[in-house]
Amino acid sequence: MSATAVHSLWTTAADPISKIDAPKIEYGQLAPTLIIVGAAIVGVLVEAFVPRKTRYYAQMFVAVVALVAAFAAVVALAADGYGTTKAGIAAMGAIAVDGPALFLQGTILLTALVGLFTFAERRLDPEAHGNRVDSFAAQAASVPGSDSEKKAVKAGFTTTEVFPLLLFAVAGMLVFPAANDLLTLFVALEVLSLPLYLMCALARRKRLMSQEAAVKYFLLGAFASAFTLFGIALLYGYSGSMSYATIAQVVDGTVPEVTPALADTMGNDALLLVGAALLVMGLLFKVGAVPFHMWTPDVYQGAPTPVTGFMAAATKVAAFGALLRILYVVLPGLRWDWRPVMWAVAIVTMLVGAIVAITQTDIKRLLAYSAISHAGFILAGVIATTPSGISSVLFYLAAYSFVTIGAFAVVTLVRDAGGEATHLSKWAGLGRRSPLVAAVFAVFLLAFAGIPLTSGFAGKFAVFKAAAEGGAAPLVVVGVIASAIAAFFYIRVIVLMFFSEPRPEGPTVAVPSPLTMTAIGVGVAVTVVLGVAPQYFLELAGDAGVFVR
Amino acid sequence: MSFPLLTATAALPAIGAIATAAVPAAKRTAAKWLALLFSLATLVLAVVVLVRFDPDGDRYQLTESHAWIADFGVRYELGVDGIAVALIALTALLIPFIVLAGWHDADPLETGSKRWRPTQGFFALILAVEAMVILSFEATDVFLFYIFFEAMLIPLYFLIGGFGDRAHEHGEETAATQRSYAAVKFLLYNLAGGLVMLAAVIGLYVVAGNFSLTEIAEARANGSLDMATNTERWLFLGFFFAFAVKAPLWPLHTWLPNAMQESTAPVAVLITAVVDKVGTFAMLRFCLGLFPEASKWATPAILVLAVISIIYGALLAVGQRDIKRLIAYASISHFGFIIMGIFAMTSQGQSGATLYMVNHGISTAVLMLIAGFLISRRGSRLIADFGGVQKVAPVLAGTFLIGGLATLSLPGLAPFVSEFLVLVGTFTRYPVIGIIATFGIVLAALYTLVLYQRTMTGPVKPEVSAMPDLRAREIAVVAPLVVLLVFLGVYPKPVTDVVNPAVKHTMSDVEKKDPRPEVEAAK
Repeated sequence: MSATAVHSLWTTAADPISKIDAPKIEYGQLAPTLIIVGAAIVGVLVEAFVPRKTRYYAQMFVAVVALVAAFAAVVALAADGYGTTKAGIAAMGAIAVDGPALFLQGTILLTALVGLFTFAERRLDPEAHGNRVDSFAAQAASVPGSDSEKKAVKAGFTTTEVFPLLLFAVAGMLVFPAANDLLTLFVALEVLSLPLYLMCALARRKRLMSQEAAVKYFLLGAFASAFTLFGIALLYGYSGSMSYATIAQVVDGTVPEVTPALADTMGNDALLLVGAALLVMGLLFKVGAVPFHMWTPDVYQGAPTPVTGFMAAATKVAAFGALLRILYVVLPGLRWDWRPVMWAVAIVTMLVGAIVAITQTDIKRLLAYSAISHAGFILAGVIATTPSGISSVLFYLAAYSFVTIGAFAVVTLVRDAGGEATHLSKWAGLGRRSPLVAAVFAVFLLAFAGIPLTSGFAGKFAVFKAAAEGGAAPLVVVGVIASAIAAFFYIRVIVLMFFSEPRPEGPTVAVPSPLTMTAIGVGVAVTVVLGVAPQYFLELAGDAGVFVR
Repeated sequence: MSFPLLTATAALPAIGAIATAAVPAAKRTAAKWLALLFSLATLVLAVVVLVRFDPDGDRYQLTESHAWIADFGVRYELGVDGIAVALIALTALLIPFIVLAGWHDADPLETGSKRWRPTQGFFALILAVEAMVILSFEATDVFLFYIFFEAMLIPLYFLIGGFGDRAHEHGEETAATQRSYAAVKFLLYNLAGGLVMLAAVIGLYVVAGNFSLTEIAEARANGSLDMATNTERWLFLGFFFAFAVKAPLWPLHTWLPNAMQESTAPVAVLITAVVDKVGTFAMLRFCLGLFPEASKWATPAILVLAVISIIYGALLAVGQRDIKRLIAYASISHFGFIIMGIFAMTSQGQSGATLYMVNHGISTAVLMLIAGFLISRRGSRLIADFGGVQKVAPVLAGTFLIGGLATLSLPGLAPFVSEFLVLVGTFTRYPVIGIIATFGIVLAALYTLVLYQRTMTGPVKPEVSAMPDLRAREIAVVAPLVVLLVFLGVYPKPVTDVVNPAVKHTMSDVEKKDPRPEVEAAK
């Protein structure tokens, strides 16, 4: 390769005179992310310096304050017009501050706040040696079943590290859908993934299963990250830039200045197509689309349930945000190439999720497959490639994340001697024993099934409408069929809860603290409000549905 | 702004449902009275609607229109035509009787958890269904209609699966299994139908850009909205499929016998007499109103299916051993008549079909509720377990006979008029179909009279010898309905006056004129 064919990053770096300008950072526009990162670091310090007894409260305080403050910052930015008229690129082109970014960041922060409440719940398990315990292992480093574990339990240790870990994951998630160059995207991907891998391994009960889940998630996640990175490298090789806007220009052939190096590579479609495919593959892994869904059931089942709920809701929001931006900002010029592929992915995702879920006997695995089929529905909206496609996906994500987090919060309540009773047979007759809990869970299931007057219906209608308008009517038909199949297993759980006789040795429903009650209450409220009066939120998503380029 | 009468008519039972559900567990009887009170108040409002409605006025009256979900092009639009008014009146009329008939159906056997309140739930769910049914009769926005059309499945599902006959030949455990099977079957059939309709609803939005019945009809009339022939046909099929499941039309009917057999008699009445009417009503309002060309295109096929329903339902009714299942198959046969009347595309046929919806509601209610009283006395649903009941319980037997005779369309009772109109309306355009359908009446006589003969006449079986006759509450349920059957049989004018102008509008939607009588044409 001739010297001219080497891209500019190398040549600028080799420039003897260092003319590196001090980066200009718009701190105000990046405030949500900065607050969370700062709070996460404070959380680490709290872990190091605050006495064990008060650590839980200190961590709770830091995390809640940070999430609320960050959400306030998002609202302030949106109110200031950064979602619409003032939308722009910040941090030297690394971060986009626009409607979709702010909408998704707001959703992620609220989801995280609700998720945090379920993380902090300490009333569900019976007290161990006079100490209240949460869902997380006493000491992550102790081998399951070992003496050191027993000692840790006896001493009343708790893994309060989950709070800073949660905040780091949230920081990654905030950047992920806002990233405006590929390197930032990758960094965000890692920042959000690594804490999740860790948290998956931290279950207090069934620790081996939890660690197994974490290892599976980590290995497959590392694979996916490698794919993403490879794709990024190829796209860089193709376009000579990491920036979304520049890559888009190169793809469209509208780049203003063609350097000799660029001229060499930009005709090379193989680089572009393989690079784009690998990049998108990595993102599809994160959203749990078929055929990259294999990790989902195992990880959802093994991870501590509060983590599952948070992960299922927030990760999906962040990953779909990033996918939308890649497809709509970077690769719109490649639309005719990726649309058929995404069609196929959406169809198999909807169908496989719905069909395989029928055979599940564990409530967490069932919800995992349900999450897969929902990813397919959202993809139908992504494929629309219209403004209404963007806003419908935004709305769906907001609606879906609160249903998910509420549903998993209910799962934490149903317990027997071995911890959570997640086997479906144990849920028989729950409606007789605790009508309220069963009714709430039924509301969530009906929302998943997309029954009218729940948020699930409004979301489903929005994405299907967008897909139909975008010329994807067959996708709507497949979606409708998948919904009918999916309805079967949601209904099966309702039948089990209400029409089956309770088992004599069945599980009990723990009475949670106000924390989990708040989480579930918020879930129900959002589900009903978005179902009955979605107009305001649809408008919000509609206004937010324009990407800055 | 005038008083939102239609909203109030639907909101009242909804409020009643919430109030009933909120009654504490110990105050079971109070919940029942509360439910009855709300259902009667709803009846009063329905009567007000009936009085305020001017049959010769605008097509849709008492209209309300508010913005709702602008992003989906959805408005909260209500309005009633004569057909809707008649059906709202039927619904509001039947619910108090259903509540009264089911007075003891949901008393808990064992106390269970302190918060377990089946009785409150039972009556709250009935009122919730009433609210949603009334709203779906009132909605003139397709999306609004769809929402309640789908949402009403959920309370019904709990009514079917959660409450069944006390007595069951195979014990409570089997009964519970069969109940939940019936409930799931009901839900999956109807949900599948509804989801197919959802695809068509979305398609309609893509084509028309809004969901307002009046706006779409207007746009089609003045040519600003032009549907391609194929699009219209697909959309029609999507809508029709959902309504045919609900109605139900052969071969999509198989959920109905299970659902009616397993649920308590009042709930069975709620399903056939009230909820299923939404399906046939929607065929008139939405299939013919939105897709006239496609409706004409599909007419031959639908008429054939309707005739199959008539004959098949009647034949299967003849062969049933279970009283409730027999009534269910008889209903399938009657729904065949209604659908045939609708798609005969004559004004007699459609007037007859609408009248049939009302009459079938009343006659089935009489037959089914008395059957329910009978079954709860004997503890069995099997026809063979009865015999000679008329000797021990003459009032029960007598009213049962009237209900049966109404079902076989005896002249002088209400269903005769409607069946006659449907057959005349069909015959003028499709003589062969009309002739075949007539055999349905013969079979109806067979299954009704055989049912009566086997259960009520003959030697008194020892198990029924101590059977008490109808109690005061039961007579209060049956007597008004029987009076109504006779009254509408002799003097159907009040209903036809309300219905006929609306039918004319529907006929003009599909641009059909009645065929001229042969004699006149020959001149």
